[in-house]
Amino acid sequence: MSWSQGSSGAAPSENALLQRPKGSGRARRRLRGQLTARIVILVLIFGYLMLPLFAMLEFSTRGDYGSRNLNSYAAIFSNANLVDGITTSLEIAALTVGGMLLLLVPTMVWTVVRVPRMRRVVEFLCLLPLAIPAIVIVVGIGPVYRWMGQHLGAAGGSPLTLTFIDIILVLPYSYRAIDSGIRSIDVSTLTDAARSLGASWPRTIFQVIVPNIRGGILSASVLAIALVLGEYTISSLLSFNTLQVVIYLLGKRDPFVSVAVAFAALVFAFILLYVISHFAPGAGQGTQRAPEEEPAR
Amino acid sequence: MNSPSSGPPATGHGLAVAFQEMHRWYGPVHALDGLSIDIAPGELVALLGPSGCGKTTALRALGGLDELDGGTILVDGKDITRVPANKRDMGIVFQAYSLFPNMTTIENVGYGLRLRGVGREERRKRAGEMLELVGLEKQADRYPYQMSGGQQQRVALARALAIQPKVLLLDEPLSALDAKVRRQLREEIRRIQIAVGTTTLFVTHDQEEALALGDRVGVMSAGRLEQIAPPAELYDRPRTRFVAEFVGLTNRIAGTARDGVVEVLGTQLQLLEGSTGAGPVTALVRPESVRLVPEAGGPAHILAVSFLGSVCRVQVGLASGELIVAQMTAAESAMLVGGTAVRVSLLPAPVFAVAD
Repeated sequence: MSWSQGSSGAAPSENALLQRPKGSGRARRRLRGQLTARIVILVLIFGYLMLPLFAMLEFSTRGDYGSRNLNSYAAIFSNANLVDGITTSLEIAALTVGGMLLLLVPTMVWTVVRVPRMRRVVEFLCLLPLAIPAIVIVVGIGPVYRWMGQHLGAAGGSPLTLTFIDIILVLPYSYRAIDSGIRSIDVSTLTDAARSLGASWPRTIFQVIVPNIRGGILSASVLAIALVLGEYTISSLLSFNTLQVVIYLLGKRDPFVSVAVAFAALVFAFILLYVISHFAPGAGQGTQRAPEEEPAR
Repeated sequence: MNSPSSGPPATGHGLAVAFQEMHRWYGPVHALDGLSIDIAPGELVALLGPSGCGKTTALRALGGLDELDGGTILVDGKDITRVPANKRDMGIVFQAYSLFPNMTTIENVGYGLRLRGVGREERRKRAGEMLELVGLEKQADRYPYQMSGGQQQRVALARALAIQPKVLLLDEPLSALDAKVRRQLREEIRRIQIAVGTTTLFVTHDQEEALALGDRVGVMSAGRLEQIAPPAELYDRPRTRFVAEFVGLTNRIAGTARDGVVEVLGTQLQLLEGSTGAGPVTALVRPESVRLVPEAGGPAHILAVSFLGSVCRVQVGLASGELIVAQMTAAESAMLVGGTAVRVSLLPAPVFAVAD
């Protein structure tokens, strides 16, 4: 019985050995096919994304008689309106990121730790701006801006007041990013631990929670900056000269400079993304798997 | 409450803690229902009970992490019921790993000192001493994700002790660890607690842990303290049916009670305080009180023998159809195999009896 089992047990492995070259050849062909498909898909996506950028670069560097130069890029900084627009948009972006973080991080941490049943409500409120078209927001908030312009002087008419709207506009995206950071750590336990050691609420948030959701905060900031730098509709309808509005107006007079600015803005965004993603990885340390147990002494 | 507590022993270190008529509601759930406990300075009290009995709520209330709806908490005679958590000077070790992932081991241990304005050098020195106490001085510059669960909990213990807490609170700190590390760390916690002399409240649902660690063990059920007593007293002289059934293994054997005595399997046993004193009862008999003697034609027979290392557990079928378990040393059980006819007797230890 045991012998017969032994021989029948050995047979499949012998067959497997005999068939190995045939099987491995088929596997190799399959792998090669998969690799080719991946390369083709990557090239198509890369081409789809890069072609417009390449076209922008090609267009913005055109000179006389088929020559190439960077005059359009040099002209960016000699155009006062454009510099103002860039400065304004960067200021709004910085204020929006600051305001959004100050609003969202403490609120979300407080919600998780003290009133978890309100989490859904906060999420709903933060996602609401996605469902409201920009034109509706402008119609609704227009009178407020008119009143501010009439009664608050220069401050009321400053384009920086767009920060208030932009903070609302970035909420859905920033909420998701910060929420994923918060879910990656045990906020309640870390908060309890910090509080028991003597930390006040602000210290708990800024010394314990924020450093451990750095990835989520950086992602939320990137998204907020990208949204603010790309926001056109509301700025235009409220007649504020932000970067996008200036680019649009400039495009009517000097399309070469307009495209150069747009290209430079995209490159700036890419660099920003790269820099931020370079800083982000450390935030996930707490979620990595612990090593095997070592005996306690 | 009918005085569920034996008086706390005075050990001369740490601060006294008193829970007085604590109440806590979570919606319709009465998580703490008039809980009162006195903990002596330097004493380690283990709170034991099933999930949802209120033991963690009591610990969190003492730590300031949960608010009370009624009652008072005194530490060293001072009312701290409304003092915020960050002003209480309590060292807490949590069930979940609670080290700050962005800080190294030594930074974690020194964090409480940093909050108290201790300088960098002094902080590092004192945190190093604490790490030495838990045997992790070589892991000082590691991050939590580079350490095992047992190591993380030891660092958490060092961090809690570094601030020289008024009271040390341990909220099931061993429950996430494997059995071997759990036993080792349990002994280490006891050694350190005795060394530093800090009054300690240890919450667990593991009886073995509670009985091994506690100077006294408090058994809780439905937000109330059933009994608090030294481990041996709790085990040998339970005062309520819940404690008798919850702590350790018990056989439920029918008997008849009269005049403070119950007759079970032909043996007369003293009844413990709180037992049903008359009529047909169910006696709760410890497996180690059951004696088995092989006897041809005996009224009971062995069903199975389980070898558990230092002891053996034997399942016995009685003539009445009841099943009981006996516990004995491996040597005592050598003659017992499945199907052996035996005579059953009981050691004359007092038992708890409940009405059927």
